[in-house]
Amino acid sequence: MARVTLKKVTKKFKEVVAVDNISIDIEDKEFAVLVGPSGCGKSTTLRAIAGLEEVTSGEIYIAERLVNDIPPKDRDIAMVFQNYALYPHMDVYNNMAFGLKLRKLPKEEIDQRVQEAAEILGIEKLLKRRPKELSGGQRQRVAVGRAIVRKPKVFLFDEPLSNLDAKLRVAMRAEISKLHDRLQATIIYVTHDQIEAMTMASRIFILNEGRLQQAGPPLEVYKAPANLFVAGFIGSPAMNFIPSRLLKKDSSYFIDAESFLVKLPSDFYPSISSYEGKEVIFGVRPEDFHDKQFYPEGTADNTIKAKIEVIEPLGDEVLFYLLCGEHSLIAKLDSRTNKRVGEEIEVVLELPKTHLFDPKSEKTIV
Amino acid sequence: MRTHWFTPWLYVIPALATLVFFLIYPSFNTLVISFFGPQSEKLVGFANYIYCFTNEIMLSAFRNNLLWVALFVPLTVFLGLILAVILDRVRYESLVKSIIFMPMAISFVGAGVIWKFVYSYRPTGSAQIGILNAFLTFLGRQPIPWLIERPWINNICLIIVGIWIWTGFCLVVLSASYKGIPRELLEAARVDGANEYRIFWKITLPLMKPTVAVVATTMFINVLKVFDIVYVMTNGAFSTEVIANRMYKEMFIFRNYGRASAIASLLLLFIIPMIIINVQRFREQEAFR
Ligand SMILES: Nc1ncnc2c1ncn2[C@@H]1O[C@H](COP(=O)(O)OP(=O)(O)OP(=O)(O)O)[C@@H](O)[C@H]1O
Ligand SMILES: [Mg+2]
Repeated sequence: MARVTLKKVTKKFKEVVAVDNISIDIEDKEFAVLVGPSGCGKSTTLRAIAGLEEVTSGEIYIAERLVNDIPPKDRDIAMVFQNYALYPHMDVYNNMAFGLKLRKLPKEEIDQRVQEAAEILGIEKLLKRRPKELSGGQRQRVAVGRAIVRKPKVFLFDEPLSNLDAKLRVAMRAEISKLHDRLQATIIYVTHDQIEAMTMASRIFILNEGRLQQAGPPLEVYKAPANLFVAGFIGSPAMNFIPSRLLKKDSSYFIDAESFLVKLPSDFYPSISSYEGKEVIFGVRPEDFHDKQFYPEGTADNTIKAKIEVIEPLGDEVLFYLLCGEHSLIAKLDSRTNKRVGEEIEVVLELPKTHLFDPKSEKTIV
Repeated sequence: MRTHWFTPWLYVIPALATLVFFLIYPSFNTLVISFFGPQSEKLVGFANYIYCFTNEIMLSAFRNNLLWVALFVPLTVFLGLILAVILDRVRYESLVKSIIFMPMAISFVGAGVIWKFVYSYRPTGSAQIGILNAFLTFLGRQPIPWLIERPWINNICLIIVGIWIWTGFCLVVLSASYKGIPRELLEAARVDGANEYRIFWKITLPLMKPTVAVVATTMFINVLKVFDIVYVMTNGAFSTEVIANRMYKEMFIFRNYGRASAIASLLLLFIIPMIIINVQRFREQEAFR
């Protein structure tokens, strides 16, 4: 059993607060992904778990044991570094065997574990080579191999795929997910790539400016973001944010964005009634816009008119950069749409999937 | 453009000519003179070399140089290495490093004078002006004639001065090499289960090996040429003679050009292998980058 628990962990570098009062509970065998923009404290959090960084305050537990004062070597963790950190003076075999030799395992056992890991990762033929004789992808595998031979309770990955090309990254993503099923170990994985986070995680933890913004399964975070930051960070292209006003007319609520007026679904009402007449931020994901021609549910209450500024075909879908009044919007529409740049288009909003945010607290209203 | 076979030579010849004129020719001439008598007036064959290997003072000079090699080289390199690793964790690193490097900035003659005061000795009963003996008498002990007590104490006292001067140099070069090791490698080793001691032997030292070798061979060459410290502090008295000081005496005091040249040729002979190793290591280090 290897739960990893952070209780009110704070890490300061002089005045810089890299990690700000973070509490996280990662279950045994979970694939937890820490995600956030550059400089938000992901690496620092991971390094604190590894014991490479002493925390300023708070407690870290690994497998129910308080590890604040335990050095990295006794924490029973393995870490894969962003630039791999392979020992340049050792061949691949010895890179992988180093940790096992330190633990004084018998030679046969070391051989067997290295062989096994090499097979899993497809690097049996490289065992005699030095790191500088390997390609980036091969080095990455060796770095993972060095972690798995140790059979630790917890694996820590710090952006292990960020130095690979796009194709290899997709392949390795799948392999690491497979590896997780196979190893049955707790994995904490750091990335700033939200696609990696969405596809690999059993739970994602979104950080910003050292603070935990939201934690939950990827789809839940996507569907119900806790605040403006999460809503904007998860999803690609990012959610459209439209500053607008909430109106009540004939016991129905409307979003008034000056250039358009749409009627909100009735299940929003209980949470939004206190915002009547006030400023709100209306959030719509690009994928929740539809071309009226191919979407039969369009009515006067959920359709807006906009001018097409740019068209970016992605293959099965097309991105439309629209201008509606003074609001610039991005919509992901059906590829059958035959409108051209400069023309007007009618798009339907899938209103039950939209969100409202408080412009001051930036919290989600609904 | 067509290049002739001699084009590269045109570029090299000025440097080569200078080298031949100021280095190769004098070395060769020294070698020739070493087979002649005191004033180069008649050929004496190997007589000067036989003198080098039979004369008692020459033999003691060889022995002392060996002692210098055995103590000075390992200690400067080892101290430099340990300090480089330890000081990396100290807040006032650059200040401490500058202080340790300071002796390099003093002329070696100056350093000799400073340490002559440290080791100064007056017979028992009179006031001791040397700090070491002042301390000993303060403790109620007999003062020690540091630079006279033969053969170990006085030689070791001289070697300590050499170490004092050169450790700073080793420290600075080795520290630069240590800082060139990516921090992540040491962190990876830490996570892999290594303690600091293991990290030093298994990761740090192997990665610094080319630099350590260059520093060690440089120190070796230094030690073979050691002269100023001995000249200033004892001038070879009380069995503290070293090869270079002997060469100086033969040349400028006894005016025996033959013997001086023989000693110079021997020194050159000892140093050549070290220079070859040094150049090779240097290439290796470049390849490592
Ligand atoms: N050793 C340090 N000294 C001072 N400040 C530091 C140190 N390490 C990190 N920081 C600061 O702490 C903050 C968080 O850094 P961290 O490396 O955890 O970011 P990150 O989320 O991993 O970013 P990235 O995605 O770019 O790797 C940053 O503002 C950074 O400048
Ligand atoms: Mg980072």
